Amino acid sequence: MTELIVIAEIAKGTIHTTTSELVTAANALGGSPIIIVPCTDASVADAAGTIAGASKVIAAKSDAFAHYDAAAWAEALDAVAPQGTILTSATPQSKDLAARLAARRNLSVVQDVVAISQNQLTSPVYSGKAMQTVAISGPAVVSVRANVFDAAPSTGSNEISVVDTTGNMATAVQEFMARASQRLDVAEANIIISGGRGMGSPDNFVHLEAIADTLGAAVGASRAAVDTWEAIPHSMQVGQTGKTVNPNLYIAVGISGAIQHLAGMRSSKYIVAINKDADAPIFQHADYGIVATWEEALPVLQSTLAGMMA
Amino acid sequence: MTKIVVLVKQVPDTNAKIVVSGDRVDLSAVKKVMSPYDEFAVETALRHRDASGGEVIALTLGGAGADKVLKDAKAIGVDHIVRIDCEEELDSNSLQSALASTLQEMGAEIVYCGKSAADTGAGSTGPGVAERLGWASASNVTSVGFDGGLTVVAPSDGGNARMSVNTPAVITCDKGDIKVRKPNVKGIMQAKKAQVEVKTAAIQPSSVTIVAHSMPPAKPAGKSYEGGAAAAEVANLLRDEANVI
Repeated sequence: MTELIVIAEIAKGTIHTTTSELVTAANALGGSPIIIVPCTDASVADAAGTIAGASKVIAAKSDAFAHYDAAAWAEALDAVAPQGTILTSATPQSKDLAARLAARRNLSVVQDVVAISQNQLTSPVYSGKAMQTVAISGPAVVSVRANVFDAAPSTGSNEISVVDTTGNMATAVQEFMARASQRLDVAEANIIISGGRGMGSPDNFVHLEAIADTLGAAVGASRAAVDTWEAIPHSMQVGQTGKTVNPNLYIAVGISGAIQHLAGMRSSKYIVAINKDADAPIFQHADYGIVATWEEALPVLQSTLAGMMA
Repeated sequence: MTKIVVLVKQVPDTNAKIVVSGDRVDLSAVKKVMSPYDEFAVETALRHRDASGGEVIALTLGGAGADKVLKDAKAIGVDHIVRIDCEEELDSNSLQSALASTLQEMGAEIVYCGKSAADTGAGSTGPGVAERLGWASASNVTSVGFDGGLTVVAPSDGGNARMSVNTPAVITCDKGDIKVRKPNVKGIMQAKKAQVEVKTAAIQPSSVTIVAHSMPPAKPAGKSYEGGAAAAEVANLLRDEANVI
């Protein structure tokens, strides 16, 4: 039985909840994982102490973890992690780390896993147009998509040890650049409301923004909207040549549901579609479909949601 | 003379319908193209050469059918095109080992590739090859500068950061604000005549093997409503049934 290691997902200096999902995924591979927490301050690892289903927690402490550097992180984590199968989250940064860690150990990496059955792992391929199941023999590095596995309960009491480690930085930040918008990025959001060309004009995205503000959601856009209107930046684009998102709730407004767009959002947990065309392909993927113009539907949605949140 | 290598991969056209027949995808009727993010990598490699001199070599791994993407790269201006001859399906470990040993043999000094390939979407090749070569890497890069050393713009901590990158390095390219140049008639003619240099590489056995492909699970039919007033009911269901708000 190969050892299982979960690399904790860190967001804004704390352990992200997907770490608990990774423990569940490790349990599905047949064991209780060691959770390794990359940190500059070992107290960050305390939150992992209560994750049930793990064997122990190691706070891997290094100045190298102040800022992501692929080479340094792989080196510093490799020094701490025992041999075995390593699980990471499937954010762009963690997938990058997973690939480097695997290469460092001459292992293969399997990315974006959404199902585990013994040694068989399933991931979406061709932008979600098909699923691929692979068999791993021996240790591997595996990245796991968020919102797929249930989070392990917080009823554990794991022993936490601290190990100092180091890695040589190969990049140096010169400046952090202000984001074009202060809004949440679609890649980070649990709820996304996106507009397509059916919104008629980029000015009408304010109605999506109002709902996003009510829900704490990000605003996205289809490729058609990004290509048509200069005011809608590529950073908002969800789809094959934009961002692949996996939120709990995706609200598509005035989006027909081209293959391009579906590729980026079809794995969302719940999908709401609002479109005036009853035959729009997006409705085949919607949990809740409303055949209506956005002018009719959005004010009702906004006032109902505002009432709930008040 | 700086040796700039760009890794390119042939993938099914991203607009193609993917069909599973038996337990494998059937790509026989699907048009094959250069993976879209690799196009940004080729453009960036050419800009690197334009800024600081050197030569650009496009490298792929595959059977003779993959020569087409090399010719596409040649048509927009790469200097040499090279294919590692291999028809097998490789796992990431075998693929990266073959690429890394070939890059070493070629004397590559900087490598560009797409941030991920349109077929697997994995994004493992760039950082994996860098690690095997002991090089720096920067991923999902939207802009590259060549003055006074290599600088990149890449996502960082919820925003973007401009970073200097030690060289040699592997840079994986996202769609940035650059336009990929189009081939002109001269380029297309040169690509037609260009010879693909075919190399062999030692291929390690794969430890990850494909068991099956399948279609994504069909979603159960959702609830549908007519008219904007239904948005109120949907909002309630999102709270009470789906528990997502």
